[in-house]
Amino acid sequence: MSMFTLNNSYKAVVIGGSAGSFQGVVKILAQLPKGFPLPIIMALHRLKHVRHGFIEALSLKSVVPVVEPDDKEPIKKGGVYLAPANYHLSVELGNNFSLSTEEMMNNSRPAIDITLGSCAYVFKDKLIGILLSGANRDGAMGMKYIKDRGGLTIVQDPAECMIDTMPKAAMALTTIDHVLKVDQIVEFFKELDKHYR
Amino acid sequence: MQDIDIVDLKRISELIYQKYNYDFRNYAMSSFKRRVQRIIDLKKLTVDGLLKRLNDTPSFINEFLDELTVNVTEMFRDPSFWRVMREEIIPAILLNHKQFKIWHAGCSSGEEVLSMAILLKEMGILNSVQLYATDLDVNIMERAKMATYPIKNMELNEKNYIRFQGAGALSDYYKEENGMAVFNKDLLANVNFRKQDLVLGEPFNKFDLILCRNVMIYFNQTLQNEVLKKFHESLFKYGYLAIGSKESLIWCDYANRFIVVNNEEKIYKKIKD
Repeated sequence: MSMFTLNNSYKAVVIGGSAGSFQGVVKILAQLPKGFPLPIIMALHRLKHVRHGFIEALSLKSVVPVVEPDDKEPIKKGGVYLAPANYHLSVELGNNFSLSTEEMMNNSRPAIDITLGSCAYVFKDKLIGILLSGANRDGAMGMKYIKDRGGLTIVQDPAECMIDTMPKAAMALTTIDHVLKVDQIVEFFKELDKHYR
Repeated sequence: MQDIDIVDLKRISELIYQKYNYDFRNYAMSSFKRRVQRIIDLKKLTVDGLLKRLNDTPSFINEFLDELTVNVTEMFRDPSFWRVMREEIIPAILLNHKQFKIWHAGCSSGEEVLSMAILLKEMGILNSVQLYATDLDVNIMERAKMATYPIKNMELNEKNYIRFQGAGALSDYYKEENGMAVFNKDLLANVNFRKQDLVLGEPFNKFDLILCRNVMIYFNQTLQNEVLKKFHESLFKYGYLAIGSKESLIWCDYANRFIVVNNEEKIYKKIKD
């Protein structure tokens, strides 16, 4: 019996992470079911002036190469996307991305709240939001937007996090549907994938 | 928090267009929505309150524009871009023209035009180049003309300048006064500041190089297409267009009239009229 109640109505997965999230993201992407149909949109805190290296590092073990989308790039099914350095990443209603150089939010650009918030606005209850390890409160408000619009919310188990501030902040602010270890998030993706076969 | 829906955004942009002749109707939804939300939060208004203020108080429009437009920029943003400017693009222009013109479209608070002036000065050609800096927002252009920035911004600017491998130290160009970095005004002596609306305005001159970095990201694709046409018209044949490092022209109708000169730094060259 699965611990998840899932269906095939979801259109996208959005992932936020900061300090201590890199290993978790690598593990999730390495064990992603082949042909996983939904786009995975990630906002991870990163150095503002280092444009290169991050997607290469994430792609090493990933089943699908990770892409930093250009402004207005279409969102493809099964694509894995990462917010580029020094830009906020949003999604638009026409199923494409947009970038912005607006003010930093929560001391961050890319800010997780911006990506999560815009995904929630566009995908509404068809969105799964996952927030991983991190040292500040960025992403908590975004997870609330996702929950308020009927999406599914998952945080990495604070007990497993290198720094648990981020998932705990989200848990304090809104309802979190599942608190999972990274291995369980991997299982979650496998379960979800079955509903699209 | 009140959530702004698409209909609200349309009402706001329509009112501004009808009453003030600024056209935000083809701005990218996600950032436009955040900017409007920001103003509503800042002024403690509702959507209806904002509409009423815009309708009843014409003097509010400049303040509104100042908050709506994104005025976050750095000196020498993407230092590798500026190195390519210095080592490839400007020398290529100089091969054919001893004197030339550059347009900074959407110059905001002026960090980029000031960076260009420093670059040109270090190349010894500042007096041979006519710079044009334009923006929709007159308030922000007044700040650009002052060439005065908070000292706290200078740490990042200095770091960028070092990565750009400038000839000296950035501090050679400014003095510190009351917590502000006051740049040498001579740098901007050749800069022609003027109000210009990329959306509704017409081409006003011909240029050898146009810089419009991280401005069109706030437009939807329809508008990007229209603005690219205007840039095409404003460039001499074989002139250059530079956009932001994560922007792309490939989905625009006029893309085939340009070639990519440097894909990493997103520098294009007009090859067809």
